[in-house]
Amino acid sequence: MDAILLQILNGLDKGGAYALIALGLTLVFGTLGVVNFAHGALFMLGAFCAVTFQKILTISVKVKDESVTFFDAYKEVPYLEIWWGDTGLAIIDWAVPLSIFMAIPVMLLIGLLMERGLIQYFYKRTHAEQILVTFGLAIVLQEIVKSFFGANPIPTPAPDIVAGSAAVGSWLGLSDNIVYPYWRLIYLAFSLLVIFAVFAFLQFTTFGMVVRAGMSDRETVGLLGINIERRFTIVFGIATVVAGLAGVMYTPILPPDYHIGMDFLVLSFVVVVVGGMGSLPGAVSAGFLLGILQSFASMNEVKSIFPGIDQIIIYLVAVVVLLVRPRGLMGRKGVMED
Amino acid sequence: MKMFKLSSKDMMLMLVLSAAVLTMPIWLVPFGAGYPDLMQKFAIFGLFAVGFNILFGLTGYLSFGHAAFLGVGSYTAIWSFKLLSMNVLPAVMLGTIVAGLFAVLIGYVSLRRTGIYFSILTLAFAQMCYNLAYSVLTPITNGETGLRVLRDDPRVLDNMFGVVQEGSPVGSLFGVNMQGYPGFYFCAVMLLIGFFISLLIFRSPFGMKLIAIKSNQNRMRYTGFNTRPYLLIAFVISGMYAGLSGTLMAVTDPLAGAERMQWTASGEVVLMTILGGMGTLTGPLFGAVLIKYFENIFSAFNESSLLEIFSFLPEPLQHFVVTIVHPFVGEGWHLTLGALFMIIVIFLPGGLVEGFGRLSKKFKSKPTQKSE
Repeated sequence: MDAILLQILNGLDKGGAYALIALGLTLVFGTLGVVNFAHGALFMLGAFCAVTFQKILTISVKVKDESVTFFDAYKEVPYLEIWWGDTGLAIIDWAVPLSIFMAIPVMLLIGLLMERGLIQYFYKRTHAEQILVTFGLAIVLQEIVKSFFGANPIPTPAPDIVAGSAAVGSWLGLSDNIVYPYWRLIYLAFSLLVIFAVFAFLQFTTFGMVVRAGMSDRETVGLLGINIERRFTIVFGIATVVAGLAGVMYTPILPPDYHIGMDFLVLSFVVVVVGGMGSLPGAVSAGFLLGILQSFASMNEVKSIFPGIDQIIIYLVAVVVLLVRPRGLMGRKGVMED
Repeated sequence: MKMFKLSSKDMMLMLVLSAAVLTMPIWLVPFGAGYPDLMQKFAIFGLFAVGFNILFGLTGYLSFGHAAFLGVGSYTAIWSFKLLSMNVLPAVMLGTIVAGLFAVLIGYVSLRRTGIYFSILTLAFAQMCYNLAYSVLTPITNGETGLRVLRDDPRVLDNMFGVVQEGSPVGSLFGVNMQGYPGFYFCAVMLLIGFFISLLIFRSPFGMKLIAIKSNQNRMRYTGFNTRPYLLIAFVISGMYAGLSGTLMAVTDPLAGAERMQWTASGEVVLMTILGGMGTLTGPLFGAVLIKYFENIFSAFNESSLLEIFSFLPEPLQHFVVTIVHPFVGEGWHLTLGALFMIIVIFLPGGLVEGFGRLSKKFKSKPTQKSE
């Protein structure tokens, strides 16, 4: 029982990342009809927003180390510490959560630029060509990041106060053995919050209503005199922000390097396909489902029965789903079903 | 057979291409590419792209998992070297056949879907192969270290015929070691055979059917034509080409690693085909050679060699140009590749072959306008 609960928890934070990326992917597909292979690169850009923010905060100056008296020693002290003392240090400690405030405008800008500069010319082209051009863009973005930040993973720790593990087991009145890192719980809560916000935005605002109408019948909405193109552009920006936020918050869990996006992209595509192309609830639930399945498959008991199952489980599920139920778990009837 | 009758134009193309490929060691020297290692790569990746084009170019099915067949071919070849003989012929045959069997399995399942679903299915299968090769199948693939040929492997056939090799084992064809120029010529002959088969397919009724499937599969089905067997055959043929290229990699360098199966490797062959021109005969070959050539040239540059190249410029300008160019070469060669690829897809979806077509049309049409 404990082991099962722990595996579910383990799956949830990864599932949260899958769900956020898949949500953006399927949002873009449902509105613009574009298959975006560069979406993983946007996740990566978000992660590097956090890295950049941390670097900016820790810009340092060399000062003489007073504690060493025998010779002249120097140490690097961040400007923030010099200016604000302990407050400055606390800000540096909280770099990752704070970088969200930088990531949102930056990612929105990147998304709008990308849509206006490239994607809009590919609405009418075939899916294969969309895949190819965004694949090229993903390579370019990845290499640019690599040339600035190098090829090694960059550690971006979570704030000290949440660095430990939460005694989830004793909270729930179960065994004390179930402990779980705080940050992963935060990630889970954060991803649920973002998912909820996107759904609420689409469901309860006029803007969201128009977008949903445009998703089901673009032409009619256009004939009613609504500039649906511009709204879809903004939706693309939102999808970019969601992917970026997923990246920002994931940095303490996995130190980002330049190809982190590619690793997530392939899995997220599988998630979208399993959930059903163009179905938002499908993408989210498939994301969590596959995350949990993956963590169950990596249990030793399971691995001893099916060796190697943890490596292939997600792809295996995708193959089975595509063959048995081509439109995915929650796909709408008739959307790219053949 | 009437089916395999080629026009004199095609025979000319084949002759010109054979001459060009076989004289590569001579005419590539001025380009700084006239050494066997690189030319082997040209031939191997050219073959890979030509085979990929039979599926992607003719039927329009975009597979993102062809690297799996390449890897399977490599592993099979190495095992043939280890167990049977260092002779390359059994390795080539076995590698191609085993890759073909894999292609039958994967193709049978994947071809039940079209469009992006097909791409995702092939991608899923390839990733499964890659992950398994890295983890559970380590006894067969030797995991991260890569599978290599050892001196005390059994090699049943070699022992039976008393073939003995001095030094570390390398692939050989009846005593001729497949390294350096002999290796290149072996790959080149394989490439020419592969190209010839692809030419036959392009000109055959079978090829026409594939093109018909690409242009409108539904219409083909409505006329009572079962498209799936044809698609499967095309998939298997292109899988066998990939397997053969993988085998040739093992022949020229007896080592196989799982990274050959990663999906970025599948992406690379897509790039080659698109760059040259999908659905054209010579395009993929051209694209493969170009990408491998520039990879070799560009990745050799570093900051000091750049400074030397731009030394004719005045000092401040020189440093400025070098800072701009530097991220695109050396380690950053992939940046150039990605950018080039985007430009091709955006402006020239037909690839370089289409570009040449447009250019030559422009040059041809000008004189006629003047004469009017």
